[in-house]
Amino acid sequence: MHLRDRLARFDINGAPYVFIAPFFVLFGIFGLFPLGYTLWVSLHDWSLLGGNEGWVGFANYTELVGDEYFWNSLLNTFAIFVIATVPQILAALALAQVLNTSLRALTFWRIGVIIPTATSIAAVGIIFTMMFSRDFGIINWLIGLVGVEPIAWNQERLPSWLAIATMVDWRWTGYNALILLAALQAVPKELYESARLDGASALRQFRSITIPMLRPTLMFVVTVATIGGIQLFTEPLLFNPGANAITGGDTRQFQTSAMYVVEQAFTGQRFGYAATVAWILFAIIVVVSLVNSLLVRRIRSVD
Amino acid sequence: MSHTRRSRWLAGAAALASLSMLATACGGSDSDNESGEDVTLRVNLFGKFGYTELYKQFEKEHPGVKIVETAEGDLGKYNTALTQRIAAGTGAGDVVAIEEGQAVNFLASADKFVNLQDHGANDLTDQYLPWKFEGATTADGETTIGLGTDVGGLAMCYRRDLFEKAGLPTDREAVAALWPTWDAFIATGEKFQDGIGDAKAKFIDSATNTYNSILMQGADHTYFDRDGELVIESNPAVKAAWDKALEMDEKGISAELKSFSPEWNAGFKNGDFATIACPAWMTGYIKDQAGEENAGKWDIATVPGGSGNWGGSWLAVPEASENQDVAIELVKFLSSADGQLAAFKEVGNLPSNPNLYEDPALQEATNPYFSDAPVGQLFVAGAANLEPVFLGAKNQPVRDAVENAMRSVENGQRSSSEAWSTAVSDAEKAAG
Repeated sequence: MHLRDRLARFDINGAPYVFIAPFFVLFGIFGLFPLGYTLWVSLHDWSLLGGNEGWVGFANYTELVGDEYFWNSLLNTFAIFVIATVPQILAALALAQVLNTSLRALTFWRIGVIIPTATSIAAVGIIFTMMFSRDFGIINWLIGLVGVEPIAWNQERLPSWLAIATMVDWRWTGYNALILLAALQAVPKELYESARLDGASALRQFRSITIPMLRPTLMFVVTVATIGGIQLFTEPLLFNPGANAITGGDTRQFQTSAMYVVEQAFTGQRFGYAATVAWILFAIIVVVSLVNSLLVRRIRSVD
Repeated sequence: MSHTRRSRWLAGAAALASLSMLATACGGSDSDNESGEDVTLRVNLFGKFGYTELYKQFEKEHPGVKIVETAEGDLGKYNTALTQRIAAGTGAGDVVAIEEGQAVNFLASADKFVNLQDHGANDLTDQYLPWKFEGATTADGETTIGLGTDVGGLAMCYRRDLFEKAGLPTDREAVAALWPTWDAFIATGEKFQDGIGDAKAKFIDSATNTYNSILMQGADHTYFDRDGELVIESNPAVKAAWDKALEMDEKGISAELKSFSPEWNAGFKNGDFATIACPAWMTGYIKDQAGEENAGKWDIATVPGGSGNWGGSWLAVPEASENQDVAIELVKFLSSADGQLAAFKEVGNLPSNPNLYEDPALQEATNPYFSDAPVGQLFVAGAANLEPVFLGAKNQPVRDAVENAMRSVENGQRSSSEAWSTAVSDAEKAAG
């Protein structure tokens, strides 16, 4: 074979791999390797400063099963995830619908919804923590106007979950709305036209055309929200300013699992155990993402 | 044939990718001192050390050296970040502060720090309270990782204006006479609460801070004995301090504010509490938080129950520092008698150099912010007799667990006995 032919062949067969290789190389270094190394660390007694102090097999995993603070953190994580994500995606869907109509100054509104996402997460945390503070927070002042007693938002469980979910939603609803808007605009207008000719109501059009056409995008939005939700860290951390922030409240009422990883690794200096928690968290994210995609996949069978 | 060629191509692409990464990773590194070039020394501290003027002096004496300080306000956050960076072997800076609670921890990894004994530290032993020097030296006496800066020294800071409003004496001698013991302190608190006629202003800031002061008074060790065994239940000092502090909350004299929270910080300014346990380093913090508009409203009296030690630090040079020689020099300079005295004048940190305790500069020092309180005499009085308190390697997580449990009582989430058993079981868990 001549060099020319070889090059031509490579161009067809080989080039695509070269083009995608950088991602996989980077993923291998920054994704796969840490994952494997974390697994290795989790099988050892590994202290932060002292390093590897010996093989313990699955002892860390057995301990994790009986660790009530881990399960507590998981409960908090999921509760905040559900409280935040369900209204978030519904609101994003509604927002996308509105942005898809012919509003005045449409670009202004569309840019407007993305601004919270661009805001520094630390700023969001600090502002919301002030708004929700017990003694001088605007939320307690507002509910005080209608005669509700001030709520100690970061001391009680459900109020703290709600407050953190509010922060998450404020930040991410607009982002999801824009992604859904892009998908909405890709729905062929002809479908709606013929549906209208057939006499379908607006609700029926939404249910039978919009939602099924949005399915892949919804799947993406739900998956990203799931991963973000399970890794939730900064908002609850900032919601507990002052000493011992990492425990997520005096009774760990809003400590998420990601916070528990950091607490074990750096306050407790138990690197091996923290790696174990991190790995279980990874496994949980995989499982929950699968369950989510199964649920979203069912959307097609609605009609 | 074409197979091997293809994989060679892939390998080439991979090499290219990693090369370009390397190039970007190396882009931002600083120049170091190999050839007498400019050196940037990074000093990594928490809270206030009062070194601004000292840096200027050092820079003047060492042309080409530039000092950049980063200081974290929250000690817990600082300790976490420092541990992380020391473990990673990068990013800790050239000079770091080690707080008393972390010394045992870092001594266990003494190899991560420059052994100052190789740099003449043994000639400096008479410059420090003996236990201060030993505190940063390994058990075998071979390695010293840090030189002392300040020691705790306890007093009680109080608000003259609030005391006056409550009908209590305001003169610091008379105030000190109100509370020879913690029980007398509580009784005074109740009198204060009756007299002030304002539900918002409380006598103390929180149970936790008072708890720590009581615990650090005259206890040889707290949660861990000197063998590193967890003794939270068998050491009566812990439970006694716990009960005493929570008694204050029960009597309604605590503002129940969490340390270093925005509410606590605002409390200094707003007069939400009339007293706060005051290690020497706290005076700088109060001045910062309460602001100039409250100058002269604060004063300092002796602490109930005699003196005690709470806080204090060492300066160390991480092994990873690229400018070790200059960094060691800076540590020696900052922890020298002159350095400690300057820091005392700047932010009130009590020197750990006993030779300074007789120094008129210290003896006659007053603090205008605190109504010209004779801070020198107040803090020095007990300093020479201070006993070191042994804190184990896991002191921080255990202390966090106990403080959390105590706050859950203050917030009304648990009873004292429930919270105590939580504190004990959490401490056992944290101690591993």
